[in-house]
Amino acid sequence: MRTTLAARGAVLLALALAVPACGGGTDTGGGSNDSPKTLTYWASNQGANAEVDKKVLKPELAKFEKQTGIKVKLEVVPWSELLNRILTATTSGQGPDVLNIGNTWSASLQATGALLPWDGKNFESIGGRDRFVDSALESTGAPGQAPAAVPLYSMAYALYYNKQLFKEAGISEPPATWDELVAAGKKVRAEKGVWGLGAEGANPSENIHQVFVLGKQHGADFFTPEGKADFTSKGAVAAVKQYVDLMAKDKVIAPGNAEYAQNQSVSDFAKGRTAMLLWQTASASLKTMGMKDSEWGLAPAPVRSGSPGSGAQVNSMAAGINMAVFKSTRNLDGAKAFVKFMTGDAEQKILNKAYGSIPPVKSAQRDSFFHTPVTSALRETLATSAAALPQVPDESQFETAVGSAVKELLADAAAGRSVTTSSVRAALDKAQQQMPKK
Amino acid sequence: MTTAPAPTAGTPRKEPGPPAGPGPAPARRRPGRLRRIGLPYLLLLPALLLELLVHLVPMVSGVVMSFKQLTQFTLRDWGTAPWTAFDNYRVAVDFDAAVGRELLHSFFVTCGFTVLSVLLCWLLGTAAAIYMQDAFRGRGLLRAVFLVPYALPVYAAVITWVFMFQHDNGLVNHVLHDQLGVTDGRPFWLIGDNSFYALVTVSVWKNWPFAFLIVTAGLQNVPKELYEAAALDGSGMWQQIRHITLPSLRPVNQVLVLVLFLWTFNDFNTPYLLFGKSAPDSADILSIHIYESSFVTWNFGSGAAMSVLLLLFLLLVTGTYLLLTSRGRKARHA
Repeated sequence: MRTTLAARGAVLLALALAVPACGGGTDTGGGSNDSPKTLTYWASNQGANAEVDKKVLKPELAKFEKQTGIKVKLEVVPWSELLNRILTATTSGQGPDVLNIGNTWSASLQATGALLPWDGKNFESIGGRDRFVDSALESTGAPGQAPAAVPLYSMAYALYYNKQLFKEAGISEPPATWDELVAAGKKVRAEKGVWGLGAEGANPSENIHQVFVLGKQHGADFFTPEGKADFTSKGAVAAVKQYVDLMAKDKVIAPGNAEYAQNQSVSDFAKGRTAMLLWQTASASLKTMGMKDSEWGLAPAPVRSGSPGSGAQVNSMAAGINMAVFKSTRNLDGAKAFVKFMTGDAEQKILNKAYGSIPPVKSAQRDSFFHTPVTSALRETLATSAAALPQVPDESQFETAVGSAVKELLADAAAGRSVTTSSVRAALDKAQQQMPKK
Repeated sequence: MTTAPAPTAGTPRKEPGPPAGPGPAPARRRPGRLRRIGLPYLLLLPALLLELLVHLVPMVSGVVMSFKQLTQFTLRDWGTAPWTAFDNYRVAVDFDAAVGRELLHSFFVTCGFTVLSVLLCWLLGTAAAIYMQDAFRGRGLLRAVFLVPYALPVYAAVITWVFMFQHDNGLVNHVLHDQLGVTDGRPFWLIGDNSFYALVTVSVWKNWPFAFLIVTAGLQNVPKELYEAAALDGSGMWQQIRHITLPSLRPVNQVLVLVLFLWTFNDFNTPYLLFGKSAPDSADILSIHIYESSFVTWNFGSGAAMSVLLLLFLLLVTGTYLLLTSRGRKARHA
């Protein structure tokens, strides 16, 4: 008797262990409504830390539960892990129902087919496509396809400057062109002994955001209209060289910034060690780091002509966070209801105020909070002079390959090695060769 | 796993008598016997399945992946990803093209890094263990202090090093440049060519206590009489180390060096925490390189192929090493 019991126990245990192994990999289901009372939500880290996010989001999730009876399980996923977690969820089919994604990942993730496409019908269920700002919709997937996500928070680059340092160095107007920026940088260095501009040189994504905009200003796109990598065009080389030269030739970026990757450039700016910073929605971070709102000023990021606009006058990427629904969700209607709730006017105002971002929803933008000088400038940039990063499936490879090339070039500049047009082209050529062949 | 049949080997033969269980009928003898023979296997089954699940399944799927074109387009249902035979391998070992050239570069960097790190770990560990062999005041404290790096969580330890290696206000530059004036300017440690040495430093700092621990344990088994006899014969400390300590430690060292080699060669945490997702050229360790090739650039097939090549290389090295060292030992015993 005892033997059979033990044997049965062993078989049962073995079976129990074997079952989860058969789970992943084959789930191609199109979503269902099998568990209509719960949702899992992966939020990206928007606040100073995950605790801040929980404090912001929890009360809103409680409101949603009160309205619909659906309980949302929240997990704030750090940026360093978010993409890996999404990829794992994509292969296993065991993901959250609703999640935040960086808007530059939209086309790459769209290509996996794991996210619910926001076709006309799905858009209708959250109030229609027209509710959203056009520039935000451009970063939701490849052109001509149903978006893989809907815009949630929008952000734009701007030039932050230290009012006190500018005043003491005798600079009356914030720079509007690159030449003026270099001149201002040299002036504060000469007068005040601090560096002109901060940069996050060892962070490939940050490098990409900067050289992408400079590329636009030099008429280069980094991808051909067919979606093929085109990193070595004259404009692209000039753009990268111009960025690296801010450290190498113009000497307005401190060499030490070449190794920054943990937002040290923001903290340097907050502590008055640099006079200017090109950053997206920095106000909340600056406040956390002890810099008062009155101590910094904000101006549109420089363009060559001095007046931002479209085409070669672009001065920011259309940065932002999108919200997506996993196709394999077991609460499809609930997930759509949650997206509708989060992109609704009321929540848009509350959340974007808390995070210092701009609502991508037109009606929410009318709130007076988004019409102060600072928020107006960011809103204006998004509406008129921001461009979406290339919406191609290889965007992620582009960020890594070119972003790392810029990192290496900045390291060369920091070590005092000369950066020439040909060394920039060689670095970009190497990056291009790493791209997938088609 | 290989010992599985051992417990059953002797027992079944001794069962010709009346069955021990409650079942009286002779007709039930056969299934009863079968059950008894089968039981150990059944009990091993969970462990076997777990082993399969934890080790073999991921390894085999990794090998399968390496033959597929696995990118963002095919990731979701990777079973149906297109079969590309040896394409991923061909790209990885095509040293005329960028991907292969980078991989080869990364391989040489990793080899250099591993040899240097293992050598230094072993030297430091052995030297410290030998000096700590004789009792003196504060020996226990020193031993404890030596083991601290090994006991610290990797993340906390390496992040501390990142702060120390910072260009503008790191401790390393403060001491080297500001205090001692050894360097002309403040060197960069986390980017550029010096990052190789930064990586070796942290790796040695992190791993040498393990060598120290193992060699200390190994030294406990060396009979004191040998040293006493040697001392009587008038041999000095170096001779004692050369002729007594090192030969006695040989079996310990054989395992120690192999383990250190495998750990260092495969180390992911240290370079990842020091340099982030894209390591500088001079410290582009294979583990990071493969991570970048698969996770960051979404080419999982290519990354898997590189991993399989890495696995084959490590198997080859380990096999050769064990063959050589054990043959050397046999030859001496003969």
